[in-house]
Amino acid sequence: MAVAWKRKDLLDLESLSAEEIELILETTGSFKEISQRPIKKVPTLRGQTVVLFFFEPSTRTRTSFELAAKRMSADIVNIQTSASSLTKGETLKDTARNIEAMKVNIIIMRHSCSGAPHMLAGSVSPSIINAGDGSHEHPTQGLLDIFTIKEHKKKIEGLNVSIIGDIAHSRVARSNIWGLTKLGAKVTVCGPATLMPPEVEKLGVKVTYDIKEAIEGADVINMLRIQLERQGQNLFPSIRDYSMAFGLDAGKMKMAKKDVLIMHPGPVNRGVEITPEVADGPYSVILEQVTNGIAVRMAVLYLLSGVKERVE
Amino acid sequence: MDVILKNGRVVDPANSMDTEADILVKAGKIAQVGKGLKVQDARQVDCKGKVVLPGLIDSHTHFRQPGREDEEDFVTGSRAALKGGFTSVLCMANTNPVVDNKGVVEYICSEAAKAGLINIYTVAAVTKGLEGKELTETAQISAAGAKALSDDGKPVINPEILRRAMEYAKMFNLPVISHCEDPFLSRNGVMNEGLLSTRMGLKGIPRAAETVMVARDIEIARLSGARLHIAHVSTKESVEAVRQAKKRKIAVTCETCPHYFVLTEEAVSEYNTNAKVNPPLRTQEDVEAIKKGLSDGTIDIISTDHAPHSAEEKDVEFDFAATGMIGLEFAASLSYMELVKKNVLDWKGFAEKLSINPSRLLSLKNKGSLSEGADADITVFDPSGTRKVEISSIESKSKNTPLLGRELAGTAAIVIVGGKIKYENGKFC
Repeated sequence: MAVAWKRKDLLDLESLSAEEIELILETTGSFKEISQRPIKKVPTLRGQTVVLFFFEPSTRTRTSFELAAKRMSADIVNIQTSASSLTKGETLKDTARNIEAMKVNIIIMRHSCSGAPHMLAGSVSPSIINAGDGSHEHPTQGLLDIFTIKEHKKKIEGLNVSIIGDIAHSRVARSNIWGLTKLGAKVTVCGPATLMPPEVEKLGVKVTYDIKEAIEGADVINMLRIQLERQGQNLFPSIRDYSMAFGLDAGKMKMAKKDVLIMHPGPVNRGVEITPEVADGPYSVILEQVTNGIAVRMAVLYLLSGVKERVE
Repeated sequence: MDVILKNGRVVDPANSMDTEADILVKAGKIAQVGKGLKVQDARQVDCKGKVVLPGLIDSHTHFRQPGREDEEDFVTGSRAALKGGFTSVLCMANTNPVVDNKGVVEYICSEAAKAGLINIYTVAAVTKGLEGKELTETAQISAAGAKALSDDGKPVINPEILRRAMEYAKMFNLPVISHCEDPFLSRNGVMNEGLLSTRMGLKGIPRAAETVMVARDIEIARLSGARLHIAHVSTKESVEAVRQAKKRKIAVTCETCPHYFVLTEEAVSEYNTNAKVNPPLRTQEDVEAIKKGLSDGTIDIISTDHAPHSAEEKDVEFDFAATGMIGLEFAASLSYMELVKKNVLDWKGFAEKLSINPSRLLSLKNKGSLSEGADADITVFDPSGTRKVEISSIESKSKNTPLLGRELAGTAAIVIVGGKIKYENGKFC
């Protein structure tokens, strides 16, 4: 293996090198098999304490992290709150320092504010894993998407990957863009102009407002969840209008390559950004993404824990 | 005791003066300026190698009194001002209670006098409670001593109300200081909009949020015939809008702050809340345009927008952090380092932007010059002085500055207010 893992935290994919990303993907491969065993448990993280510190509701990501930690025998504590509960007077930093004082090893954190995990990483000693911060990044989602693509396509370099939907508010999009471009994929982002972040083309991606361009020639299409409340902010006129222009349905699928992969980070708004026949269709790897999510998170927990012995 | 400042480089744009000379201060006034003055019974202060300037005047300060004295008050704010070489400041109205009636104006004047360190002036709000709805009682406020009107911190959203306020202010020769920000375009924004906001996943504030309001307010100044002063200009396009307005002979002036010509948006990367400010730090292109605007006279004034905030308001998630940074202690050094040393301004230009132009804006009598008979407010600036910005040496009660750790060149050596030495070589007197 080219590099060793040296970081205390996993905050984003922007700051990782291609070698570090490859290291996580390789490590993921060796952890994936554990979840297929009849007894899905190894003692790798025995005696380590992992705190799930979620300031935003989450089912999928929280469960995935929790199972990953449990299958590695870590002790888990769940703290679920909302960012606004801090009006009680305790700041995020105070709360984190209290958790630190309880001698935990890893804090897995989701927060509605971009940069919240970065702030904590600089002020407390446990490792911080960013499980999604605002519109910034969701590194383990990016990693599991890339792992899933690589399982099918055997490589990332040279692939055409299209990300379609609300790019502006999507932390999944940002982590995918960084991870994929570092590994040599050609990334296209597609969505309404109102949901395209400023100067995104400077991240080395192609921008299009025409879904046809994003579908044709794509090896992978990653459909993002559209948040319905954006309509109220006049970011698109109506769901109907959005679906017509940017929803993926059987008709638009006719333009796609025959071996295209259809991905979605979930939860799916069926009939809005993707129709059920496409989400459940033969090209869809949406549920494989979920399975791989656990393996990726096991690999990340393992690498950050600094434990030397890997799998029994 | 009288004071004589010997052999300094005296820079006084009001008298087109930039020459080595002595200044005699007597009974609170500048008694005499000339070479080789010989006076007995006066304290002799050697100013060789130093620049002697009319006392610096900050046209944009927040001292948080009344309401947030835990962040700054007239005494700590005055000490910060003195350390930075300022002899006068203009406080904004967004205190609690808001400075929107005669009573609060009088309170500020009397408390400021009790602090007794520098000249503290106040603006009064354009509208009651800064709500943009009802005009404040301008005749009374003006009589009580307010020097300008401003809802700073917020724009006056309704242009009709701004028009009427400006027409009314004109009768009292009060300028209206405008915080140019379209609140719809800037809504929820926390930094400059662009590639960096995209990378950081933060909501951006487009440059147009400022510039559309600059353009609007210029037209309302033309319509009302009143004096408009645009606060904290941060974008290239705003500088250009003011340049064109001045060509059209509209009565508009504007200011920028050192952070807009020293820092760019890069200062917020790593989610540094001390660099979160409104308007936000922009790009290198804007920095260059602002320097150009300073050198060609489009930008009249360098103000600080000194905005103290407690650690609790800054040491939080970036989205939740208060906006603003302290500036009084650093503005003169930064202006010297970035403008004078880099030949954007000469010393005369420095004195214009930091003393006489703010004095003219606020119609301060006998301030902003070293004319014989003027108030003896004098800043002796030492270009060879240095300072490292460290929390332990900040006079302001609040320590919110992105300059922590930086080395500054040029310091205020002696500051005289009303003929009395109030600050000398690092000590308050």
